[in-house]
Amino acid sequence: MKRLMPLVLLLLVFAAVQTVCAADLFPTPEFSNHPIPQSQTPAPRPSWQEYLDLAFLTAALAAASFFAVKGRSRTGLFLLSIVSLAWLGFWRKGCICPIGAIQNVTQALFDKDYVAGGLVIAVFVLPLVFTLFFGRSFCASVCPLGAMQELVAVRPVQVPTWIDHALGLLAYIYLGAAVLFAATDSAWIICRYDPFVGLFRLTSSASMLALGAGFLGVGLFIGRPYCRWLCPYGAILALLSRVSWRHLRIPPTQCVQCRLCEDACPYGAILRPTVTPSPIEQRAARRRLIVVLCAAPLLIATGTLLGFGMRSSLARMHPTVQLAEQIRLEEAGWAKTRSDATEVFRGKGDSVESLYASADKVVENFAWGGALFGGWVGLVFAFKLVQLSIRRRRTDYEPDQGACVSCGRCLWYCPEEHTRQEFIQIQERAV
Amino acid sequence: MSQEESPITRRRMLRDATRYLALGGIGSLSAWLFYKRSSQAVAACPSSSSTCGECSQAAVCRLPQIWQLDPNRCIACGRCQTNCVLDLSAVKAVNCFALCGYCDNCTGYFPTKDYVLDTGAENQLCPTGAIARKYIDKQGGVPYFEYTIDESLCIACGKCVVGCRLMNGSLYLQVRHDRCLNCNECSIAVACPAEAFCRVPADSPRLLSRAAQAAEDALARKRSSHNKSSKGIEMRVEGTS
Repeated sequence: MKRLMPLVLLLLVFAAVQTVCAADLFPTPEFSNHPIPQSQTPAPRPSWQEYLDLAFLTAALAAASFFAVKGRSRTGLFLLSIVSLAWLGFWRKGCICPIGAIQNVTQALFDKDYVAGGLVIAVFVLPLVFTLFFGRSFCASVCPLGAMQELVAVRPVQVPTWIDHALGLLAYIYLGAAVLFAATDSAWIICRYDPFVGLFRLTSSASMLALGAGFLGVGLFIGRPYCRWLCPYGAILALLSRVSWRHLRIPPTQCVQCRLCEDACPYGAILRPTVTPSPIEQRAARRRLIVVLCAAPLLIATGTLLGFGMRSSLARMHPTVQLAEQIRLEEAGWAKTRSDATEVFRGKGDSVESLYASADKVVENFAWGGALFGGWVGLVFAFKLVQLSIRRRRTDYEPDQGACVSCGRCLWYCPEEHTRQEFIQIQERAV
Repeated sequence: MSQEESPITRRRMLRDATRYLALGGIGSLSAWLFYKRSSQAVAACPSSSSTCGECSQAAVCRLPQIWQLDPNRCIACGRCQTNCVLDLSAVKAVNCFALCGYCDNCTGYFPTKDYVLDTGAENQLCPTGAIARKYIDKQGGVPYFEYTIDESLCIACGKCVVGCRLMNGSLYLQVRHDRCLNCNECSIAVACPAEAFCRVPADSPRLLSRAAQAAEDALARKRSSHNKSSKGIEMRVEGTS
């Protein structure tokens, strides 16, 4: 038998190459005393758990909104964020989350074969609706990524406003890129480069774990770096939160302008009362606004052109384009070795031309997508410039509804809040 | 001043209008997504090249969807072992017993090079000894063995799958959903050179190769006819999990 083995194998290899139906080779024997078992499939996660997640998300959002708007309880928000971190982060391992759901929704919009699940849609939509009514209570203490950064922000320092404004644009660009790559079925970059999901799972590639640890390390001194400057979902929420029905307020009743809360916010989200500008300043501001408004279409047009020009480099995120590129290299004889992907492609027997054609089609899609993405980036810059050129009169210290994540840290700084909680009264009695 | 008491200003009206416009937008977006979901749920499975599995029942695409790999496309390159976000991959080797030849000199069990037909660990192809070999019967002087995979040991390297393809090809890789985290973007799918990963309905998560499917169907037919003739013999179903 031993000697025959290589011969048998050789024959078998030839046979396997020749015929697709390998089942003819060795028929399954019929045993009299042994039935052929069935290979079993372990059941996936039961679907009631999805409903449980949904119920938790809704309850947590409602509780966070209550604590932020009505209860005014930093303790409540803090404890809730620990629960959310434990549930959505460490227990559910960070999937599915609303941040990543942006891509599911985008792909469902653009790909006719892809359907987003009910839980995904709900997880995407619920925080948006809550934000429209109560501000970013989701960021405050439901999002596990936010909760993690909130917990480590122990020695936050104030970041210069110009840095904050400049880096804040990244989130919108990241959002645009995520939508672009999900719409073109290239990659889900939010999930791929999520710095914290590896920490939730306690395992990941070294680079992603290092990135997560880096974010947490920076987060010790700079509050919520991911939320403020990168989170694409936070970017959407910031837009919606600006028009929210209710929002966390710093003083419970009326601002007495004591300035105690001025440096309270580790996220730079407290707006100071404005100083009335002099007529000269006013005129200069108006002139600047006009210049910026004129420059806006130019910015958008430049962005569109740049995005269009970058279509082939953007398209490299798409697997078909990558494969076509490898095949091109191999055809030209520049590739030293063949990769598995090209081996599979050649094994399939499709013509190289058809692959090139489909890759060209992807690049064609990216011509549109890239132009739109570039336009979006231009729009983001233009919008920021306009926003910076508009002066809005404020008499009180107010949270910047876009940037404020309703964490409630500022509440402690407000003497009015202390009066409301009767801390001041108690102290007076003691004296 | 709290907002309720402030007079209706132009700014507030604009804010209100924007809010309800945004609410309407979100509402219509989710309505459309749910509509697409329900319409897709009753439509026939798309069998374009972008989806795999070729939906043998071709009836209803059920939701939610979970990750699976198509053994027809799989080249058992071993990336499943290293690219899963779990330390021990959610992908496992599975034996389709209906297709298995119960061979003595199993090429999925023994290496094809420098082999010694002895079940010592050093002689096995599987690096973790996850394949259990059990003597079943001797027919016409030929012994037959059953090969079962211990999934707690399997690391999804795919060596046995490659080996078995020399013979019947009854061993194949599958995502095991008791382990799979069902990541939004499966990191094995990203790395898979054969584009074998796709989403399948959660209640039928198994994808078989064509040969395995044919063998299972044949066995099921044989069983049902056999059951009819002899008033039903209780079949032992051996779990591989």
